[in-house]
Amino acid sequence: MYYAGVDIGSTAAKTALFENDKLIDAFVVPTGWSSIETANTIKEKIISKGIKEEEMKVVATGYGRVSVPYAHKTITEITCHGKGAAYLTGEDCTVIDIGGQDTKVITVENGMIVDFLMNDKCSAGTGRFLEIMANTLGVDIDTLCDLAETGGDISISSMCTVFAESEVISLIGRGEKKEDIAYAIVDSIISKVASLCNKHSEGTNYYLTGGLCECDYIVRSLSEKLKSPVKTNPMARYAGAIGAGVLAQKIK
Amino acid sequence: MNNLPKAFDDFSEARRNSFIKVKDYKDEGEHIVGIFCTFTPIEVIYAAGAHPISLCGMSDETIPDAERDLPKNLCPLIKSSYGFALTDKCPFTYFSDIIVGETTCDGKKKMYEYLNQIKPMHVMQLPQATDREHALSVWKNEIIILKERLEEEFNVKITDDDLKKAIKKCNEERIALKELYSLSKICPPPITGMELHTVLHGASFTFDKDEQNKKIMDMVEQLKEEHANGVRKVEEDAPRILITGCPMGGVADKLIPIIESNGAVVVCYENCSGIKEKSRLVDETKDPVEAIAEKYLNVGCSVMAPNDNRIELMSELIDEYKVDGVIDVILQACHTYNVETRRIKEFVTEEKDIPYMSIETDYSQADEGQLKTRVAAFIEML
Ligand code: SF4
Ligand code: SF4
Repeated sequence: MYYAGVDIGSTAAKTALFENDKLIDAFVVPTGWSSIETANTIKEKIISKGIKEEEMKVVATGYGRVSVPYAHKTITEITCHGKGAAYLTGEDCTVIDIGGQDTKVITVENGMIVDFLMNDKCSAGTGRFLEIMANTLGVDIDTLCDLAETGGDISISSMCTVFAESEVISLIGRGEKKEDIAYAIVDSIISKVASLCNKHSEGTNYYLTGGLCECDYIVRSLSEKLKSPVKTNPMARYAGAIGAGVLAQKIK
Repeated sequence: MNNLPKAFDDFSEARRNSFIKVKDYKDEGEHIVGIFCTFTPIEVIYAAGAHPISLCGMSDETIPDAERDLPKNLCPLIKSSYGFALTDKCPFTYFSDIIVGETTCDGKKKMYEYLNQIKPMHVMQLPQATDREHALSVWKNEIIILKERLEEEFNVKITDDDLKKAIKKCNEERIALKELYSLSKICPPPITGMELHTVLHGASFTFDKDEQNKKIMDMVEQLKEEHANGVRKVEEDAPRILITGCPMGGVADKLIPIIESNGAVVVCYENCSGIKEKSRLVDETKDPVEAIAEKYLNVGCSVMAPNDNRIELMSELIDEYKVDGVIDVILQACHTYNVETRRIKEFVTEEKDIPYMSIETDYSQADEGQLKTRVAAFIEML
């Protein structure tokens, strides 16, 4: 039997495929305008791998989870990220997921989610914030992180994305170095995420999931802010999908 | 015959039906007293021959009007209530001869200063805590001052006997309601959380309490009978939720369906739109003023610091209702409840050893999507 976890996020849709309890594949496609279309693209991709629809159980998660017509079950991204991280680490941990729309901190004990906290309505401290700021600087997110590594010394004071954006524009206008502005942007999001972590509880064994897990600089500065090592894994961007795939194995 | 659906409808229509009733009362020369809070000793109002009615604002419709006078970052209940008074959109406020408020939270007591310019007001000074001996005597005095004010306003004399009768009447209502909400102790409960809210909420807007008590007792009988006949509205294994926190009249229609459509059931409302006040009776054997003072001073509201009574009541309820998870509902900018979340979280997760979640929300629909995800994740965790 095959099990698929489909995680439709606000910017990227991730899929994890299991053959019985073995993870055999994971892939990402961009979430387009229509979540349903994205979901169908994913289905075609799975079928093109020679897997038949009848021999597969699907759990959908993420903010577009309701738009996956072929899903057998929908489960929130909070539960799935927790389960996915538990699968990847195999130990108790505090999961930090910086998503496109929201950021969550999830406590996992014995493979179970025991507590979680999510940011408020506002987009500061989420992937969306980085994306908007990278756009303003005219670079992509990876370049932004690379630039940030060599910058320093300035900071952005506004918590609100809209105000922060105009702050960045005026920093550019003032002729500040791109590296320094990039540093300030990353510092701002990391502080927001760290304060969410601190509000959540005394975290142990932090584990970063989501699209930013491959950015070394983010992982390092988050560890510094939290004064505690943050682990991650290149597969951690698929944590939600992996968790959904793990939970699909429980469908009868 | 099963007339339960109609009985529930009666309660959900209670507020609207009372609009007409309130006008009839006024036409007949009777008096209406508007109230905002669970601390208001309604027995004194009944004893004055008047009708108490809840004025708590529950819709965001009047908030923009209120924001002309009040700051934006204030609790929606305060803004909405004030807005209704300002715009004459609430018939209860409009027909109230006098409004009784208390110095509870800062936002409310300052709002009363402005409300006083629109309507006659009487503000009772509530002690900040229960642990000093003088707290009770202060509150007793306040009850006497309220009594005197109502006597003067309505040109009546309130005797001890009047007070005792009113105490009895209010206790009867509390007992009847308890029969109903206690049904949720059964597993699975014979009544959904939404139905339970409808009745508890409706009861704060009805005038004829004898009729109401009868309706409730009928309802209890029918629900028991249905349950005995094997009718199940709620799944056997539905996680059982206790709701605590701010009064939730204005967010109930948004929140309760989210909880219950995700497979859980609300078995208990510990808050002011629920049973916070109703769960304790006024002692009928004591001096009436003393008994009333004692009862209301001990309402476990977060405006009291410390607020041990809330913990005590929650502790009992969590055990009695076999609660699987607690949701603390905070209205945006309610500082006292918001600050208290930490203590409640520690108590629930450490002493009671069950999951806890707090949500901060307001009367708008803007956060519905996020609430759905958070509540669903919480229920998946149970
Ligand atoms: S929560 Fe406190 S202030 Fe608000 S109605 Fe209840 S008792 Fe009154
Ligand atoms: S909910 Fe909080 S802020 Fe609002 S009126 Fe009640 S105690 Fe005051």
